[in-house]
Amino acid sequence: MAGTQKDAAQKERQVVLSVHDLTVGFGSTIVLDNLNLDIYRGEILGFVGASGTGKSVLMRTVLRLLPRRGGSIKILGTDYDEATDEQRVALDTRLGVLFQHGALFSSLTVKENIQLPMREYLDLPQSLMDELAFLKIEMVGLAPEAADKYPSELSGGMIKRAALARALALDPDLVFLDEPTSGLDPIGAAEFDMLIARLRDTLGLTVYMVTHDLDSLFSVCDRIAVLGQKRVLVEGTLEDMFAFDDPWVQSYFRGKRARSVVTTEQDATPTAQSD
Amino acid sequence: MAAEQTSGGDGERFVARGDWRNHSITSVLPTLEGLETSTGRGRIEIDLSGVDAMDTAGAWLIRRLITAKQTQGRDVALVGATSNIDELIAVLPERAPAPAAPTGPRPSLFERTFTPVGRIVTDVAGDLVAAMHILGSAVRGAQMKFGKGGGISPASVVNQIDHMGVRAVPIIALMSFLIGAIIAQQGAFQLRYFGAEIFVVDLVGILQLREVGVLLTAIMIAGRSGSAITAEIGSMKMREEIDALTVIGLNPVGVLIFPRLVALTIILPLLTIIANFAALYGAAVVTWTYSGITFETFLARLHQAVDHTSVASGMIKAPFMALAIGIVAAVEGMKVGGSAESLGKHVTASVVKSIFAVIVMDSFFAIFYSAIDF
Repeated sequence: MAGTQKDAAQKERQVVLSVHDLTVGFGSTIVLDNLNLDIYRGEILGFVGASGTGKSVLMRTVLRLLPRRGGSIKILGTDYDEATDEQRVALDTRLGVLFQHGALFSSLTVKENIQLPMREYLDLPQSLMDELAFLKIEMVGLAPEAADKYPSELSGGMIKRAALARALALDPDLVFLDEPTSGLDPIGAAEFDMLIARLRDTLGLTVYMVTHDLDSLFSVCDRIAVLGQKRVLVEGTLEDMFAFDDPWVQSYFRGKRARSVVTTEQDATPTAQSD
Repeated sequence: MAAEQTSGGDGERFVARGDWRNHSITSVLPTLEGLETSTGRGRIEIDLSGVDAMDTAGAWLIRRLITAKQTQGRDVALVGATSNIDELIAVLPERAPAPAAPTGPRPSLFERTFTPVGRIVTDVAGDLVAAMHILGSAVRGAQMKFGKGGGISPASVVNQIDHMGVRAVPIIALMSFLIGAIIAQQGAFQLRYFGAEIFVVDLVGILQLREVGVLLTAIMIAGRSGSAITAEIGSMKMREEIDALTVIGLNPVGVLIFPRLVALTIILPLLTIIANFAALYGAAVVTWTYSGITFETFLARLHQAVDHTSVASGMIKAPFMALAIGIVAAVEGMKVGGSAESLGKHVTASVVKSIFAVIVMDSFFAIFYSAIDF
């Protein structure tokens, strides 16, 4: 176990999530057609696409919340269809999901929400679980007083943070974030981006992020994938996006909003590096 | 994974090895707790060079150990950690953050005893006011703030009649058929001792038409439609749909609750009629089977036993019970808070309270009818 991990770390681009020839449809409509996608360890992949192109469908299919018509999905080198029950449980504990609206359990407090996966999977004393829950709460930038609040008493941004804390409860390897910064103010969104980048650096997370926030795409994403025409139109760095010849991609990355972000990012870069 | 302690030279040395992750740290917890509380002198070195992997849980244990030793006034050095692990331990706070302890004096025994009682009383008063508010707003209708439009939307009422009335017919008919049959069977067996089996027709006829028919139908509707109304309005409240209606300038009670109240007051009497027919038919079948009373005899006896007051006294109650069910359901729906648990609580409360209200109303009607000799 230990040996294989060290080998894997040496191998430079280890594939964490591999989607091969995925086809998903509802009734007579095909939403995704022979889609291929690879995500590598330690990267933050930003996923964009026009509304209704199937970004959420893809994420939900990868998480096995939706059935698929064909193709294979390998998470952390394991194909869920061929895995034994023990392997499936082990796999579940290595994934964390932040749903778009948080999906916190409304009848549990924030602390209980975070401790729910710990309670199920780990054999730890309550005092240590409390400490770990408070650590996660602090990590995502919430005040300790929020721990005993119910989700209905939290603001939208706090719900996002609490949901991220729950997604990180088991220190997963791969985290899925569905529009993590939507509904946050720009400062809060920037903090959230920095938080995700910091967690990636310290915990070695791999992040799959569905987002429409150009700031997030430009500031934290290592790689960007664009979904369109029922497949991944293009994937690569920001430069690849600018170079790609597709009307939607061009207007997305070269539009007025994008240009303003690019210029401010370039202005901000030297200061960011200095601290 | 493992943790071991060696001492020598001018201090101690802790060596950690293996996989320090949340699913495997359980085995090392007792050792670490021992290390945290143990006392010694000199400098401490924590060697992490043998650690394969570490997550926040493992890092937190190391961090906690460092803090514990530092508070004992000893020098702690971390050696052999990879840069990732070093960084991970460094970002953790020295102590687990904890919320500030609640301040203020503890309430007195008197306060703790009577606060819940007082709360119940004010809740009941609040419920009554809310019920009156809903009744009043419902009468005013779906009016805009500036008086345009308003009144009743026929499509919505018809839709509710379909949901709450038409689709309830089979279950109401079946239930009443069985209730009528059971009453007739029990009555027939008891009356047989007196040779008065024919009077079972009087028993079933009067009991069903005056009391049981409307009461059981109302209870069924309270469970079937009252709960649905509370759940619908409650989940609309949770998703701010009620607020949206208010902001658009509509009266949410008029738009949502009024059609349901109208539909309930229409369907409950109609369902009561169906229930009465079904129950009498059930009784006729049973008396024919067990006592040999033919349908002709049954009908002739029924004609003599039942006059219009029996039919009317039951039917008059139906609209009032319907209103009570609707208002209780709406009041509970409007009280739903943010959580799924609160939705469940209020749906339960809605059914319990509306059944209770229906039975209380029925007993008041019984007293009233006997007072006016109806």
